[in-house]
Amino acid sequence: MSALFIMIGASLLIAIGFLIAFIWSVKSNQYEDDYTPSVRMLFDNTTIQKKENEIKT
Amino acid sequence: MRNFALKLGPRMSTTTEEIKSKTACFHCGENCNDETINVDDKHFCCQGCKTVYQIINRNDLCSYYNFEKAPGINQKQTIRPGKFDFLDDKKIIQQLIHFKDQSQEHITFYLPQMHCSSCIWILEHLNKINPGIIRSQVNFIKKEVTIIYNFNQTSLKKIAETLALIGYEPHISLNDSNGNKIKKTDTSHIVKLGIAGFCFGNIMMLSFPEYFSFGKMEDSLKQWFNYLNLALSLPVFFYSASEFFISGYKGLRQKFLNIDAPIALAILITFSRSVYEILFQVGSGYLDSMSGIVFFMLIGRYFQNRTYQNISFDRDFKSYFPLGVVVIESDSSEKQVSVVDLKPGDRIKIHHEEIIPADAILFLGKATIDYSFVTGESLPVEKSIGEIVYAGGKQISGAIELEVIKEVSQSYLTQLWNNDTFKENGDDTKKSFIHQISQYFSYTLFLIAFFSATYWAFNDQSKMWNAVTSVLIVACPCALLLSSTFTNGNMIRILNKYQFFVKNASVIERIAEIDTIVFDKTGTITEQTQSEISFNGPTLSDSQNQLIRSLASQSSHPLSRSVLSCLPFYKIFNVKQYNEIKGYGTSGLIDNHDVKMGSYLYITGKQNASLVYGSEIYVSIDNEFLGYFAIKNNYRSNLSKIVDLLKKRFSLQILSGDNSTEELYLKTVFGIDTKMNFNQKPEDKLNAIKALQQKGSKVLMIGDGLNDAGALKQSDVGIAINDNTNTFSPACDVVMSGQRFHMLNELFLYCRKHKQIIYSSFIISIIYNFAGLCFAVQGDLKPVIAAILMPVSSISIILLTTGMSAWHEMKLKYKT
Repeated sequence: MSALFIMIGASLLIAIGFLIAFIWSVKSNQYEDDYTPSVRMLFDNTTIQKKENEIKT
Repeated sequence: MRNFALKLGPRMSTTTEEIKSKTACFHCGENCNDETINVDDKHFCCQGCKTVYQIINRNDLCSYYNFEKAPGINQKQTIRPGKFDFLDDKKIIQQLIHFKDQSQEHITFYLPQMHCSSCIWILEHLNKINPGIIRSQVNFIKKEVTIIYNFNQTSLKKIAETLALIGYEPHISLNDSNGNKIKKTDTSHIVKLGIAGFCFGNIMMLSFPEYFSFGKMEDSLKQWFNYLNLALSLPVFFYSASEFFISGYKGLRQKFLNIDAPIALAILITFSRSVYEILFQVGSGYLDSMSGIVFFMLIGRYFQNRTYQNISFDRDFKSYFPLGVVVIESDSSEKQVSVVDLKPGDRIKIHHEEIIPADAILFLGKATIDYSFVTGESLPVEKSIGEIVYAGGKQISGAIELEVIKEVSQSYLTQLWNNDTFKENGDDTKKSFIHQISQYFSYTLFLIAFFSATYWAFNDQSKMWNAVTSVLIVACPCALLLSSTFTNGNMIRILNKYQFFVKNASVIERIAEIDTIVFDKTGTITEQTQSEISFNGPTLSDSQNQLIRSLASQSSHPLSRSVLSCLPFYKIFNVKQYNEIKGYGTSGLIDNHDVKMGSYLYITGKQNASLVYGSEIYVSIDNEFLGYFAIKNNYRSNLSKIVDLLKKRFSLQILSGDNSTEELYLKTVFGIDTKMNFNQKPEDKLNAIKALQQKGSKVLMIGDGLNDAGALKQSDVGIAINDNTNTFSPACDVVMSGQRFHMLNELFLYCRKHKQIIYSSFIISIIYNFAGLCFAVQGDLKPVIAAILMPVSSISIILLTTGMSAWHEMKLKYKT
């Protein structure tokens, strides 16, 4: 049963790691604007865009 | 800052697809009247749009046009060169930027024109157009762009001009100057919620073995789990639950028992009893229930307070006034000065379409000032040299020069904000009926605890403390808090869907109690656009038009002015024997023709009762009846229908800053007995509301302009209505879109359901509480029972409130 003591302690430590990650993400304002990034990630790079234009013409 | 069309993409593309015609402007999508403006086989509606396209094209930014069809902003209205000259002033720059080091400055601009994903794209590629810009980042919801730039390579003024050049003119108002540091949103709430959730989950998991092992668990393991639970509960008790303790303590200090006080007591007792049980190894405590309930209550609070951040409810005149103004020095050179630094005696220059920042005397030029927003007068006023021009008006006929007579803060308009109404900052949450119920609830609870204590004191003293603490643990009014916060959160969310944005939850409760509704006229029950006028009858010849215009130019009556504005290009002749009879019409001899204009009775000599006064102007020349000008009244559509519905439940009133020309018409819509006051100054409106409240009425005011600001603030509920997505609205409790005006009655009825929903969910929670109390008074509350009751009751309350709010929403849906 002694393994359980260590395992539970270890699992808690990992969980606390995630909690800290969460707090960090909140503090660094990642939840400030939840709309714009969703649009931004759909933009292509300008260079790719230029090539496409060349193909079209 | 508001944006009624938050969802973009699909909505935008459907509207633009309708304009598939060949002649739609490639840049802004408007129809091209002139097909000669072409570049690269693309048509443009105006030179402005073409220029913007060329700039974008030259900088290889044409992907702008790939995300949305015709995403541009119409460029027909050009921006005056030198408009942003005030951004060269060091002092003004200092006030606007929020970060500076050796090479960089950071600035955030509000761009009301931002509307689609193409906008985001172009604004984040600004450095292609202006290389001095290092990085730009858009916050679409707030319609803001934060720009980091190298001030050695470019300047704030150049950036503002770059933005204006591609159609995104930044909106810079006096309000921005008051230390425009980035307002950090308070994230502690989310952190508290996260920690409570984390601890709750882990404590629950560590408690399960004990609940399901039925006493067969090893003692050492049990102890280890209990101590871990205790450690995990510390952040919940000391950090996450802190707001309940603080708020409860604050309430008690003001001798007010709010809902947080009994909750804090329950948390405190649960925690101390659990600590006692664990440390003395007599049990495992109720830590899982405690952290669970804190977690659920925090979710409720978060849900309730999550109002739209892009809507500002407490703006004053400062966000309407400009920041910089041109001052003419004694040597007639022009200098940019911050509006707050204006002194009496300064000579200022106001350009076309600019707002007058301070009370002043007209010195030079032709002033036509549109006061519709500040006073409610629907027609522009002409001023001649030497007359006083009040702050807040918008000059609409070219540039003028003024001499300031009062400082900005002392002007006729801004004085309204010195009124006491604006100083009170009432705590509206105190009045909520939730606190009332929670008080009754708490007293009952104390009684039950007291009786079970006395019973056990005589029967089995060892169980006495057990019973008392169990009663307080199981029956805290947290269910009541959950019902109210989740109901509020749901209702706010649903009302937002109908573009009815409430400031906070207590507003819904107050709307439910309203018995009197006061309307402003201009911009509220009328549309905020100018009225349209058209001629009905055989087409008039040019010479006839000249005669009519000549006659109309003589009168200052609003109807004559409207006729004048619809015949703008004709020459004006001399008018002889001019005669104006008030309420009837005007006549005159022009170029040997006898021209008459006025009511049906005045022109034909016959009565016609079916006609509505003031909406038609009849014309005759040489006693020959020609037809009439019909003024399409710009009242909101279905106004009379809405009024009829509202009249059944509320008493209605009109307070208008405009003159009383339309009183007769309004009486036909609102009924003879409706009280109407015209020519009301902002203070008059405020006092009128006050008088109504002193008679015991609960008043709701609906207005739009700065002149309503006092009345909106004084009233129990102030609703600012607005048609355009980027216009200013004064301080208020609710911002609503003009397009939803027809739903007013339904929206009010929906708010009235608020109490009903809270009561029904509260009854459910009482049933759970009763079940829990049955165990508690016997001094036999097992942790596992508490651990089951708590989440089950919380979740059923959440489901019930969500379901009921959605059910009542059906009526709103039906109306749209």
